[in-house]
Amino acid sequence: MGFWVIRGSVSPQRYWLLAALGLALPLIGWATLSATGLVNPVFLPGPLSVLQRIATWYSNDELLGDIGISSMRVVAGWALSALIAMPLGLFIGTFRSVQALLEPLTDFIRYMPAVAFIPLVMLWIGIDEGAKIGIIFIGTFFQMVLMVAEDVRRVPMAQIEAAQTMGATRLEIIERVIVPSAKPALVDTLRITMGWAWTYLVVAELVAANSGLGYAIIKAQRFLQTDKIFCGIILIGLIGLAMDQTFRLIHRKAFPWLYLRS
Amino acid sequence: MSIAVQCRGVWKTFGTGPTAVTALQDINLAVEDGEFVTLVGSSGCGKSTLLRTIAGIESHNAGEIIVGGVPIRGPGVDRAMVFQNYSLYPWLTVVENIKFTRQLAAHTRDCTSSDVEVAAGRADALLGVMGLTSVAHSYPNQLSGGMQQRVAIARAMMSRPRILLMDEPFGALDAQTREVMHDLILHVSQLESCTVIFVTHDVEEAIYLGQRVVLMAPRPGRVDTVYPVPLTRERSQAMKHHSAFLELKVAILDRIRSTSGMKTDLELLQKLSRTAAQR
Repeated sequence: MGFWVIRGSVSPQRYWLLAALGLALPLIGWATLSATGLVNPVFLPGPLSVLQRIATWYSNDELLGDIGISSMRVVAGWALSALIAMPLGLFIGTFRSVQALLEPLTDFIRYMPAVAFIPLVMLWIGIDEGAKIGIIFIGTFFQMVLMVAEDVRRVPMAQIEAAQTMGATRLEIIERVIVPSAKPALVDTLRITMGWAWTYLVVAELVAANSGLGYAIIKAQRFLQTDKIFCGIILIGLIGLAMDQTFRLIHRKAFPWLYLRS
Repeated sequence: MSIAVQCRGVWKTFGTGPTAVTALQDINLAVEDGEFVTLVGSSGCGKSTLLRTIAGIESHNAGEIIVGGVPIRGPGVDRAMVFQNYSLYPWLTVVENIKFTRQLAAHTRDCTSSDVEVAAGRADALLGVMGLTSVAHSYPNQLSGGMQQRVAIARAMMSRPRILLMDEPFGALDAQTREVMHDLILHVSQLESCTVIFVTHDVEEAIYLGQRVVLMAPRPGRVDTVYPVPLTRERSQAMKHHSAFLELKVAILDRIRSTSGMKTDLELLQKLSRTAAQR
């Protein structure tokens, strides 16, 4: 039961122990470092002052409102891109001609930095909620299309050909074979792109926002409130983690056959 | 005896221009109703391509394939196919996989409620024949490779196809499981009195299952020799030791060797062993 067995198995107890350790170690390191007083608290606030800041943010500064508005922006931008990327990726992954038409273009656009679109988005959409959702959309959509297309392409040809030999029509093959076969991978893609949507939040809230976690971080920077910056970053991390775990739970519940072993 | 499948001058090329490869060259082959024909040959001889062309999932460039008196144009419910693997739907249980065709318009058009009952009975009967009753509600990835192929065969048989096309269906199974599957497929094909065209690279399997063994040769893919199997329709494992079986096996293996284009490899090996001996 060595630690360094290549792809060796780990008992659940040890897995959770190591996971807890992995989370606790940086926290302990952080606490000790700030407790020694070697680092100026302006650069590195202690865990306690960060916790206190969360409390005052909650009582004085609308923490829940910030979390709510930020979550709304992230989910809206992500859902909008999912709504368009899913069918588009399905077509690109199913039909070679659509792939030739759209994939090189998508590949080209996805290399353009989303941040650089901010002035254009402000010009086209304005500076209200739509603009923030737009930035998150630009950041996630093009990647998502390509991932969905790849998920669809990975449906085994034998599954499709089997349906063809059974006399399935094109629509039936898409509905009854390709979509259900790709679904678990698609849920994973949704989970991963949700993470990316969160990373674009701060960028999106650069655009004339006056609320939200990203906005709070930017504002705290102006007043050198490092503890608040820490709060914002940690909160975004925690929300992301919670959403990620929710997706994993959905995956397990929706696709039980993937988690069976006789 | 009427003809179930007739290939008349079937040609198939992959690619175009100077890189084009002739996968099938002027294939003429007639398979009788209820016959069990096996296709063997070294890799690249076009045996799988021929099968896929008959299934209609691969198109041909010239000639015609006549099934039930009419030239085929694409796949049809009169022909079912069993693939080597990965063709089952992992999100469906065994019985749902078998009943998959019941979701398709091609099989449920003009369907009465009594047809639905018949179909349910049919699925149960197939589960019984294939020995799958106890795993009817399991998912494919809970089953062994052999059991998965049983499901694939049952699914193909569900709509009572006239012709069953099998593309190395037991190629990924271990030797013991294969033997069981051989007797099972012989039994089922006779029970259902359907025509079977079976592709394999295993000569013993080809002789044991087939009433005729069609040997194909590569570059370009063509029918080389058709061997009638001098055994009764009822087969048993003991027949594999009959002299007639063994002689045919040797003859076919010899012919495969001389058509496979592997001669250069043999010469190279001989040369290498000579130089090794000289040292």
